[in-house]
Amino acid sequence: MSTSETQATSNPIEPFHVNIPQSALDDLKLRLDLVRWPERETVTDWSQGVPLAKARALIDYWRTKYDWRRFESEINKLPHFRTTIDGLGIHFIHVKSKHENALPLLLTHGWPGSFIEFIRTIPLLTDPTAFGGKAEDAFHVVIPSLPGYAFSDKPTETGWNIERIAKAWIVLMERLDYKHWVAQGGDWGAVITTILGQIHPPGLLAIHLNLPIVFPEKIPETLSHDEQRAVDAANKFSTDGSGYSQEHSTRPQTIGYALCDSPVALAMWIYEKFYEWTDNNGNPEDALEHDEMLDNITLYWMTNTGASSVRLYWERRRTGGVRFLGPKLDLPVAASIFPREIYRAPKSWAEQKYSNLIYWKEHEKGGHFAAFQHPELFTDDLRAAFRTIRRT
Amino acid sequence: MYQTSAASNVIEPFYINIPQSALDDLKHRLEWTRWPERETVSNWKQGVPLAKAQALINYWRLHYDWRRFENRINKLSNFRTTIDGIGIHFIHVKSKHANALPILLTHGWPGSFIEFLRIIPLLTDPTVYGGKAEDAFHVVIPSLPGYGFSDKPTETEWNTVRIAKTWVVLMERLGYNNWVAQGGDWGADVATILGYMRPQGLLGIHLNLQFVFPEKEPDNPSHDEQRAIEGANYYLSDGWGFFQEQGTRPQTIGYGLCDSPVALATWIYEKFHEWTDNKGDPEDALGIDDMLDNITLYWLTNTGASSARLFWERRAIGISLSGPELDLPVAVSVFPYEVFRAPKSWAQQKYSNLIYWNELEKGGHFAAFEQPELFAKELRAAFRALRNT
Repeated sequence: MSTSETQATSNPIEPFHVNIPQSALDDLKLRLDLVRWPERETVTDWSQGVPLAKARALIDYWRTKYDWRRFESEINKLPHFRTTIDGLGIHFIHVKSKHENALPLLLTHGWPGSFIEFIRTIPLLTDPTAFGGKAEDAFHVVIPSLPGYAFSDKPTETGWNIERIAKAWIVLMERLDYKHWVAQGGDWGAVITTILGQIHPPGLLAIHLNLPIVFPEKIPETLSHDEQRAVDAANKFSTDGSGYSQEHSTRPQTIGYALCDSPVALAMWIYEKFYEWTDNNGNPEDALEHDEMLDNITLYWMTNTGASSVRLYWERRRTGGVRFLGPKLDLPVAASIFPREIYRAPKSWAEQKYSNLIYWKEHEKGGHFAAFQHPELFTDDLRAAFRTIRRT
Repeated sequence: MYQTSAASNVIEPFYINIPQSALDDLKHRLEWTRWPERETVSNWKQGVPLAKAQALINYWRLHYDWRRFENRINKLSNFRTTIDGIGIHFIHVKSKHANALPILLTHGWPGSFIEFLRIIPLLTDPTVYGGKAEDAFHVVIPSLPGYGFSDKPTETEWNTVRIAKTWVVLMERLGYNNWVAQGGDWGADVATILGYMRPQGLLGIHLNLQFVFPEKEPDNPSHDEQRAIEGANYYLSDGWGFFQEQGTRPQTIGYGLCDSPVALATWIYEKFHEWTDNKGDPEDALGIDDMLDNITLYWLTNTGASSARLFWERRAIGISLSGPELDLPVAVSVFPYEVFRAPKSWAQQKYSNLIYWNELEKGGHFAAFEQPELFAKELRAAFRALRNT
């Protein structure tokens, strides 16, 4: 991986290009050729995890058809940079709109996602008129990679928690000379964006969340239909869907050995979520294409971020735990609710947490990886959400 | 992989003979291990530290000798027999003392029959080891379905209840009319279920892990009760990740455990650190060859996924630290570094016929593996009252 020298003293912003050595691609292919498989699951569905037939099909595609160089060329057409913030090299994509008054927008990904989730939204956000939109709805787009993810550095000390990342993002936007900006996030991005909302730095005008973190401290006795549905979903996640999270939060290094040594281990660990958390009809491929799922998986593999990415859960557990409770926010908050999200936040609870809820949209389709699965819907929401925030 | 006659009641001798190609393949994979960066802490709080993992893999790669282990276990009497459609591997060693008490020892996860190897002679041949002929045992050590050289179930419902029923058939098939059962970890679950079922022939059980939590936490717990509550709470909040993953997605974690030796090794080695009586290193409690015998067994039998599947099966029928009340004779040994130390007050509530209770000064979850002499003495003492002279 070609990494620019990034000096801690002067904090330059340096252009960055992705260039994975051929030896790494060959090594991956060898490992895929030599996968040693378990026996198949004893069920006929995904209830024990990724079915063997699906796993084999994905690995086969990865081995024989997937083309990393295609992806590398594609993303190298975007402007990538790295800059050192708080001692850590942070990778980000920064695309300015041709429309000068565009609203700067910070998009934060989560796990097992990456900047890749937002790639298709970039032209829609920065160049709306080319896609049936209005110049007044243009955005400048900033998409960083979380510490320990993609082309950002891996922290070598403890303390790189959500709060520290949020502060680093504030520095980033300042360094990019943005006096006024908005922030958006889902998954860990939603947690970080929520903290940004809580800090409410001077430049931050508003936030948008596709996973609002609004559970009340104490669940009331009487619940509306939407509230009950959210409680049920959260309980289901907790009892059935959170094994990965418990391991990440307590033993990131142990699971890290698997995720760094075995492509199939890493791929299945991620692919499972592409099944569980997308809006699909029984297959992840209903929601996302093979190539884009593998772009994301291969990014984790090439950057060897299996351990570093999940270490964030361990950090979160130390400072607050992975819960669905969130703080109250006073700044303008916009929310988009997608049906196949881990839980659908009820508007009643959002109104309790967000005293200035400026936008609320409940969708008929889409899931956890909202931008990845439905870039147009996602963009429409951001345009609509932030219309009232823009200064003319 | 293993041929066993499906005809009922056939017990066939079994020899372990792993193809050289499998050993070579393991060596290659170890050489190609791709490592993460090191942990950001200076202890085990994020899991197995990189330096420890690398040391283990290096030893495994350069010094570990599977054939040594293979020769050792092939000197014991290994068998396989089909019960309820599954080929069950077991070791069966009869004492020279004809009136020896048959004992069924059940391992757990991430253990195996290997945990009991050192106690076999202590149990079957006590007089050689300072014990008495009256304390001799005939020893039966099966491998759980999906573990060791037993078959991997291909259908659901191979839970610990079904395993307990299988073990009853096994003891019948071996011609034992009176026998006792022992277990820790999943073995404790199986032994407890056997105790609840009270099959004809079962005289009593011994547990080194006891499911004695009350349904409702007491208002004023004693010191021992409070200690048990804290132990369990800590385990359920900090030490539970593997259980949650294996209990809900055994196939997903299985891919890593079957494809990557370092994934499998560290997944298991972590428990050798967390659950043993040690001073900071698993090697304080268990020899590195012993640990690698166990890990390599999982690797060569490709049982990473199938062993995890038992957690899924158990979860499907409900699992609780508050187990059933038992009427048959129950013997208990409490080792200090077990995940939680059961208080006697709770054991007395669950076991109306508590025939033996001892709290030891050393040892942990892998009691027999860590402390074979102590463990053998416990079993002798525990079952003395049940023997017919």
